[in-house]
Amino acid sequence: MGDEMIMLIDMARQIIGIGALLLGSLAILIGAIGLLRLGDVYQRMHGAGIVDSGGAGLVLLGLLLLAPDWTVAVRIGLIGALLIMTSPTATHAIARAARFAGVEPILSTDKKDKEG
Amino acid sequence: MTMTFWFGVIMASIGISIIIAILRASLGPTAFDRVLAVNTIGTLVVLSICVYGFFDGRPEFLDIAVLYALINFIGTIAILKFFRHGTLGDHLPPEDKHDG
Repeated sequence: MGDEMIMLIDMARQIIGIGALLLGSLAILIGAIGLLRLGDVYQRMHGAGIVDSGGAGLVLLGLLLLAPDWTVAVRIGLIGALLIMTSPTATHAIARAARFAGVEPILSTDKKDKEG
Repeated sequence: MTMTFWFGVIMASIGISIIIAILRASLGPTAFDRVLAVNTIGTLVVLSICVYGFFDGRPEFLDIAVLYALINFIGTIAILKFFRHGTLGDHLPPEDKHDG
């Protein structure tokens, strides 16, 4: 009974891991398309945020579920903690630098002014 | 469906995303668009190093990914500081030494 249980848990782990990897690559693609198509620095940061949070988080979660060894799992957790700490800091620094340099965000009132 | 197939799918989507981000980095109207795109490329390269080393059975690549994540962050902050001050902090102009 114990062996069957372990095999079942292994199979579920693999299926959930590959599902998380595929969802993560979908999020990466969506974020990259947003990075290309949105209209402003501040809007493009939204796409970069999807890549940094959803994409990286889900891909690393999938790799963590598929990890064969605990040393590999520790390294993947280290990379995830590092990305969680550094990527919002970098995005905040870019937004602050752009605002300081005088890049104006596109607001909804701009369109209304242009139409009327 | 073997493991190699899923590996190919994930690496292909990461590669397409890197190409799109390179497009944005070369088109970007302001310098901040370029910095944002380069930062995103760095994150994607970290992920692709992880996935490649993982599925190739060589988990030593994960150490390289840790280093790449650190260098990516430090590089972004250094480029932004260079835009802002014109130096990397060794000779700050006196008007920038405000309190707050």
